[in-house]
Amino acid sequence: MALGGAEPVIDVRGLRMSYGATAVLHGVDVRAHRGEVVALLGPNGAGKTTTVEILEGFRKPSAGEVRVLGVDPLTGDEAWRARVGVVLQSWRDHGRWRVAELLDHFARFYPPYRTPFAVDELLELVGLTGQARTVVGTLSGGQRRRLDVAVGVVGRPEVLFLDEPTTGFDPEARQAFHDLVHRLTDLDDTAILLTTHDLDEAEKLADRIVLLVGGEVVAEGSAPELTRRIASRDEVRYSLDGEFFVHATEDATGFVRELFEQHDKAIGDLEVRRASLEDVYMTMVRKQEARP
Amino acid sequence: MSARGVAVRVGLGRGWTEFRQRALDVGGLVGELWPWVIGAFALHALSGRTMGDTALDVGLQGIPGLLAVSVVYTGLLGLSLALVTDQSDGTLLRMKAVPNGTIGYLVGTVLGRAVLCVETALILLVLSAWLFEDVQVGRVVTWLFLPGVLVLGLLAILPLGVVVGAAFRSRASLGLVTLPVMGLLAISGVFYPLASLPRFLQWVGELFPVYWLGLGLRWALLPSQAVLAEVDGSWRHLEMVGVLGAWAVVGLVAAPVMLRRMARREPGSTVRPDAAGQG
Repeated sequence: MALGGAEPVIDVRGLRMSYGATAVLHGVDVRAHRGEVVALLGPNGAGKTTTVEILEGFRKPSAGEVRVLGVDPLTGDEAWRARVGVVLQSWRDHGRWRVAELLDHFARFYPPYRTPFAVDELLELVGLTGQARTVVGTLSGGQRRRLDVAVGVVGRPEVLFLDEPTTGFDPEARQAFHDLVHRLTDLDDTAILLTTHDLDEAEKLADRIVLLVGGEVVAEGSAPELTRRIASRDEVRYSLDGEFFVHATEDATGFVRELFEQHDKAIGDLEVRRASLEDVYMTMVRKQEARP
Repeated sequence: MSARGVAVRVGLGRGWTEFRQRALDVGGLVGELWPWVIGAFALHALSGRTMGDTALDVGLQGIPGLLAVSVVYTGLLGLSLALVTDQSDGTLLRMKAVPNGTIGYLVGTVLGRAVLCVETALILLVLSAWLFEDVQVGRVVTWLFLPGVLVLGLLAILPLGVVVGAAFRSRASLGLVTLPVMGLLAISGVFYPLASLPRFLQWVGELFPVYWLGLGLRWALLPSQAVLAEVDGSWRHLEMVGVLGAWAVVGLVAAPVMLRRMARREPGSTVRPDAAGQG
């Protein structure tokens, strides 16, 4: 959670990005503090990957102010680079290397700046101890993703970017991955920014969710906050003289009070359902997609 | 040691690891070597005829040329292809995410190519010595001059491979380079003497490093009377060192500039379909 007064390690204001005439980001604001996990949640094409690539310093934004560890990623030097961990989406590179060999190779770049993870310790952390001598190209999808994470954190980064970390995972691998992310934040107080299109994942992992739809932040907060703030329409189910009704309302309490005042004992089977975050998410995505 | 120095050392380790991986990959090795093996046998089939008014064997005369072509293929086209492939499959991006990773990547890749060039040359040399008894592998001067010529040739050609590889983004567009290189080989006197070409084509050939590498290799590997087939009947040592050295200097200056451009280049949609073009 955000510590009072502490500088955010990720600070993005008014970020805009266009590819030619196509605007992808329309003024995005994102902040993250030390030890905080922030999820950039949105459907495909919302601009999540573009945002992360700008933060990683791999892409130049059209406009806006971007600071990662107080530095503009475009001008970040190698010392800055050493403090930033990047988990990439690619899966075809270094296919002939062995798992431990590759981690050792990446670890060797860090000592001039900071002490990297010992390879054995890192393999244990991501659950690849048994695959230390496996050729990278023969790993399963889930194992490969865990290796990607290991490569991303090998330098014990202060900020870690994870782009769609669990795409293609089965539920078991996903659970193991979530445990890993929690261990990382507990371990080194790392700030993590992850992108996902999976609401469930954002809810489980993130302290704060930034809902990005169509290149705009449409909502931001913890999962309960988001639900409270934007889940305005609740659902009231009841029966009146044995007939069943469903009513959507922005004021469930007021509606129920009125219901009892008017019908008193004729009301039965009362049920009030708060809209779930999922309902909210789907509504927002649909609303955005319906726009011209 | 400075952080860059560390990265160079890690890059050397990277080159060594990739060399080991390749050495264990028989299929890949065969893929790299077969053109030269077939070439050597083809030249052997041609031997028995002499060239013009010299007593020089046609097949034997072609062996140093074949060696020069293998260096151009492996060192220039092969290196540029490796760079382009690594840009599109995410290797370079991953190295960029590591402090000084680009330096380590380059040192490893270029060194790996250099080793492959030498390895190819050695295998070809052994095969040629077996096929042609007149290849002068028994002379002391051969073993003094050959490494020098090879190193100078690699210094002239590998940076060109880096420049070409950094200038292109896709394997398809790299085809634009293959064709002119083929043309260049045709006018570089690698398989038949430059002296037999029209004068203006000779001049064009003499502008590029391939001819001079071939000349140097003929000087190192052929019996001394082979000089009679050369332009002016001379090995032209001064020009050889001058032209190869000039290309090395130009390449070593241009390569880092092109590389910085390549390293700054943004990740392409080939790696991450989600990254670009979607709103």
